[in-house]
Amino acid sequence: MTEMTGAEMVIAALADQGVAHIFGYPGGAVLPIYDALFQQDKVQHILVRHEQGAVHAAEGYARSTGKVGTVLVTSGPGATNAVTGLTDALCDSIPLVVITGQVPTHLIGNDAFQECDTVGITRPCTKYNYLVKSVDDLPRVLHEAFHIASSGRPGPVVVDIPKDVQFAKGVYFKPKEFQHKGYRPKLDGDPAKIREAVELMAAAKRPLFYTGGGIINSGPAASEHLRELVKLTGFPITSTLMGLGAFPAADPQWLGMLGMHGTWEANWAMHDCDLMICIGARFDDRITGRLDAFSPGSKKIHVDIDPSSINKNVKVDLPIIGDCAHVLADMLRLWRENGAKPDKKALETWWAQIGKWRAKNSLAYRNSNEIIKPQYAIQRLYELTKDRDTYITTEVGQHQMWAAQFYQFQEGNRWMTSGGLGTMGYGLPASVGVQLAHPNSLVIDIAGEASVQMTMQEMSTAAQYDLPIKIFILNNQYMGMVRQWQELLHGGRYSHSYSEALPDFVKLADAYHAHGIRCSHPGELDDKIREMIDVKKPVIFDCVVDPTENCFPMIPSGRAHNEMLLGDAATRVEDAVTEEGKMLV
Amino acid sequence: MNTATTHYPAAPTSEGIETRTLCVLVDNEPGVLARVIGLFSGRGYNIDSLTVSETEHQKHLSRITIVTRGTPMVLEQIKNQLDRLVPVHRVIDLTIANPAIQRELAMVKVRGTGDQRMEALRLADAFRARVIDATTESFVFEITGASDKIESFITLMLPVGLVEVSRTGVVAITRGPEGM
Repeated sequence: MTEMTGAEMVIAALADQGVAHIFGYPGGAVLPIYDALFQQDKVQHILVRHEQGAVHAAEGYARSTGKVGTVLVTSGPGATNAVTGLTDALCDSIPLVVITGQVPTHLIGNDAFQECDTVGITRPCTKYNYLVKSVDDLPRVLHEAFHIASSGRPGPVVVDIPKDVQFAKGVYFKPKEFQHKGYRPKLDGDPAKIREAVELMAAAKRPLFYTGGGIINSGPAASEHLRELVKLTGFPITSTLMGLGAFPAADPQWLGMLGMHGTWEANWAMHDCDLMICIGARFDDRITGRLDAFSPGSKKIHVDIDPSSINKNVKVDLPIIGDCAHVLADMLRLWRENGAKPDKKALETWWAQIGKWRAKNSLAYRNSNEIIKPQYAIQRLYELTKDRDTYITTEVGQHQMWAAQFYQFQEGNRWMTSGGLGTMGYGLPASVGVQLAHPNSLVIDIAGEASVQMTMQEMSTAAQYDLPIKIFILNNQYMGMVRQWQELLHGGRYSHSYSEALPDFVKLADAYHAHGIRCSHPGELDDKIREMIDVKKPVIFDCVVDPTENCFPMIPSGRAHNEMLLGDAATRVEDAVTEEGKMLV
Repeated sequence: MNTATTHYPAAPTSEGIETRTLCVLVDNEPGVLARVIGLFSGRGYNIDSLTVSETEHQKHLSRITIVTRGTPMVLEQIKNQLDRLVPVHRVIDLTIANPAIQRELAMVKVRGTGDQRMEALRLADAFRARVIDATTESFVFEITGASDKIESFITLMLPVGLVEVSRTGVVAITRGPEGM
């Protein structure tokens, strides 16, 4: 209980919540907080170059540590620039506390300079938001914000603080155990339903685990329980883009990622299974493909902490509301207590079938000695970094899918990608956040030359704080995924998808006090990747790749899981997309 | 070729549209109504009627009564989406829970003279509407009842000089001794 200004309360609350770094950009309406920042050394402020970069950096920080990421921006444009990042964090359930300055309370609603309706604008893109009109509410609100951001289904929380509240004096109190008035996420699943789930699992003939980002968000315990349960049952497992790493990709029970660019075996197993055990995933449209043909013969168990994820897209037979770690622990316990034995014979047949699908080798591509294939580049990157302490971020597009397909993740929190919103420009600032949290680790942003230009300015942040991030650009001179769809759906009319007038990335690296590398021949790739790893400063790696390569396998629009296309079938793709499908890609 | 659909869920056509009355108990804090309404507009749900007022002053709890329409799957979504809003305490489906009593209040202004005026009064009497304002050429009636009763009353007032209607929207409560 100490008297201090609102601005000082912000710093005190951040420190008490264990925040070591906050990403931000100053401006008129947050100057008192910046003044308070200046006079302390508990919380380090990281100056970004654009507020969107601040939010993505905080997301990278949060996802690689499991902690809450924090951001400090000013009113008006500071807040609106943060909106893309907030939406991204909401879609991918990333815990953030974003503090925005606001014009003084007596000017709110007055169209004051740099005023915007921050709580109005951010209401649909946050888990919750506050406008703090009195300094007396500030300590409670700040602590509550951390609680809401990190509990239940995590998400971004905005705290909008008018400038006069930052100046006002009040009494600060430390975070304490409290019960929110109404907000109480349910962590434990219904025991009867978990029992039923375990019974279904023991009786299944063609079972499949389908897991997602919920496992990562739930924390390392969820991932451990999952690994144990998968081992115990002997069932195959696939995961969404968001869930990669929760189960080790090196494990023989791993089928690879599923969905639009998932593996043949994962998608066929989804289609043909008789029991789908969905844990912490949400039946997103990139996963299900055609809904009326989605896994027609299966019973579906759905474990999710958010009741609104249940029966949203797909009707499930057994919904279990709860935290993945809790429910998985209960499943494990019951499985053991029951002495449950999976149907070995049926599983053998099922695995034999999966083996046949695997034999398709659906990720195969034709390599070249002349030109670098993007898949090859990722494979080499993986081989040369797998024994290191590596974190991967990505931008959005073909390179993202190739990274998901070819980079093998063995543990959670190592893979930071914009899944739900699909935000180009995510990876570079995210890698800034990851590197800051893990200063001695190798942090690589697998990027495309189009995406990376959206937030390129954050190279300056990396330079300022000596963050040796590696920007590995698969440069195919196209917005590759746009070009791929135009090739398949719009008669090869590449409307505005060519990356014209590209900067010279090597010179650009130089301009940003970084190290530039260009590689355009497969024979040079390994040496240059090693050079990238060895340089102790930020690197922009311009990897010149085949501009025409497409990302396969692929479930074309309007098709089901068992109608996916493979790389060598590329010529047939154009006929395969239905008219209605073209409309709704 | 298979029947053309898309990666996106098609609108469920086989399921019928149902009407539900939901009671939502919320913290009476700034912006809470915007959150609820924003949810409906943002996710494309319908609002047929909405009423809101603080009902428990000490706890600062407001009760929002929403009449909405949708397929059973959409209605389930609406309830779940409402329930996960931070300031929402409870969501109760009054249509399912226990057949609930639903009432609306309307104030109806009619203007006329002579026979028209007498007819308006007679109809009002039949509907048990009260006169709450009168001039030599107008009445304001207050009528309470289920929405369809109010609808019929308004329809009948048309030919006798209906000028204006103000309605509260639906409020509802469960029957029997139990609270929600």
